[in-house]
Amino acid sequence: MIKTDILIIGAGPTGLFAVFEAGLLKLKCHLIDALPQPGGQCSEIYPKKPIYDIPGFPEVLAGDLVNNLMKQIEPFQPGFTLGERADTIEKLDDGSFIVTTEKGTKHHAPIVAIAGGLGSFEPRKPPITNISNFEDKGVEYIIRDPELYRDKNVIISGGGDSALDWSIFLTDVAKSVTLVHRRNEFRGALDSVEKVQELKNLGKIELITPAEVIGLVGNSNLEEVVIKQGAEVFNRECDHFIPLFGLAPKLGPIADWGLEIEKNAIKVDNTLDYQTNIPGIYAIGDVNTYPGKLKLILCGFHEATLMCQSAYQRIFPDKRYVMKYTTVGGVEGFDGSKKEAPKAVIKSID
Amino acid sequence: MKDIKITITDRQGVKHEVDAPTDMNMNLMEIVRSYELAPEGTIGICGGMAMCASCQCYVLSDHELPEMSYDEDLMLSEAYNVKENSRLGCQIFIHEELDGLEVELAPEV
Repeated sequence: MIKTDILIIGAGPTGLFAVFEAGLLKLKCHLIDALPQPGGQCSEIYPKKPIYDIPGFPEVLAGDLVNNLMKQIEPFQPGFTLGERADTIEKLDDGSFIVTTEKGTKHHAPIVAIAGGLGSFEPRKPPITNISNFEDKGVEYIIRDPELYRDKNVIISGGGDSALDWSIFLTDVAKSVTLVHRRNEFRGALDSVEKVQELKNLGKIELITPAEVIGLVGNSNLEEVVIKQGAEVFNRECDHFIPLFGLAPKLGPIADWGLEIEKNAIKVDNTLDYQTNIPGIYAIGDVNTYPGKLKLILCGFHEATLMCQSAYQRIFPDKRYVMKYTTVGGVEGFDGSKKEAPKAVIKSID
Repeated sequence: MKDIKITITDRQGVKHEVDAPTDMNMNLMEIVRSYELAPEGTIGICGGMAMCASCQCYVLSDHELPEMSYDEDLMLSEAYNVKENSRLGCQIFIHEELDGLEVELAPEV
């Protein structure tokens, strides 16, 4: 069981900055995120896009903002459970919570701060009517273990980096690799596109474009896919069909935690501390809604800051505290590090 | 600068004629959101970067629209329910020549 003071669900910019504000109050944080890396949308969707409305940064790339936040919170030694989605929450008699991921990792904390953005990123499933019948029986949306495909006939569909990269990778593992895409053009890194072209010329990848998988055939396991190429429709035998159409955010299991949901977001009771209808659970950043809400990173930072003050009061109801400026109090890390403004020296001049 | 009229058919098939300002650098996806014609969280998920296709719409009138960018074209190549007249609302910026534009929102995926 992982124990912490504030359990943060979602490691996007808001969740990361909450670690800093909590750290100033000597509270430890642990973050859970469904993605394998911190940064949320900034890392997953637009790491190379510039952001122009972070105060003090005329321009910063989303990926750089995440790197800076990771550096900023380093002294506070946050824990991470990455690549796992927070699935269930249980409230204990003492008011604390246990949050369990879909992989069974348990986290215990008196405070839960949901900084889940638009939700957890899940694979987009193609609209093929019987596709759910074949999930894990030949259809996989995520490649977890490439060995599953050893000496198998694999059909991948999609036109982005993951479709290209996995097609390339699996040529060394699978018996055959076929890539189906709706266009002749691919949306991936240039060297990946060129590599696929090279493997196609060598006969190691079969490309079927512009085409689309429109049906699946099989008794219990997948046996064939139905491909539509122009006016022509034909079946192709295969052991696995891997549609790789990117990820889309879904609010997911959090929606079933008994929290008030409005506009696909978690309603917070007030804008004093962004607490939800369940005392001890807060919602900060893009995941929450309240009158006047703006989904901006800078608003998420503000919400994270106020949430931490409230969390402190909740954990230590009898302790008095006033907010300290970092310019005055410096930053004392849990790792023993100490950053502070240089002290003025009093010395007379002869 | 004047407002223009745009007719938007929502995902339930209901038509709405709305006023869209031409002086706020708004795009069609933002117009839809400003009138709450699709629930928050189901449209404009990527924020308007042509990276999610949640604002896909079908253009019903024959207005001349900005040419599709490479990004928009490729995003639509991976989207669902794509038709000949599909566009991403976030890539259609509102200006005076679009007065009378008619669009229909594509289904939510």
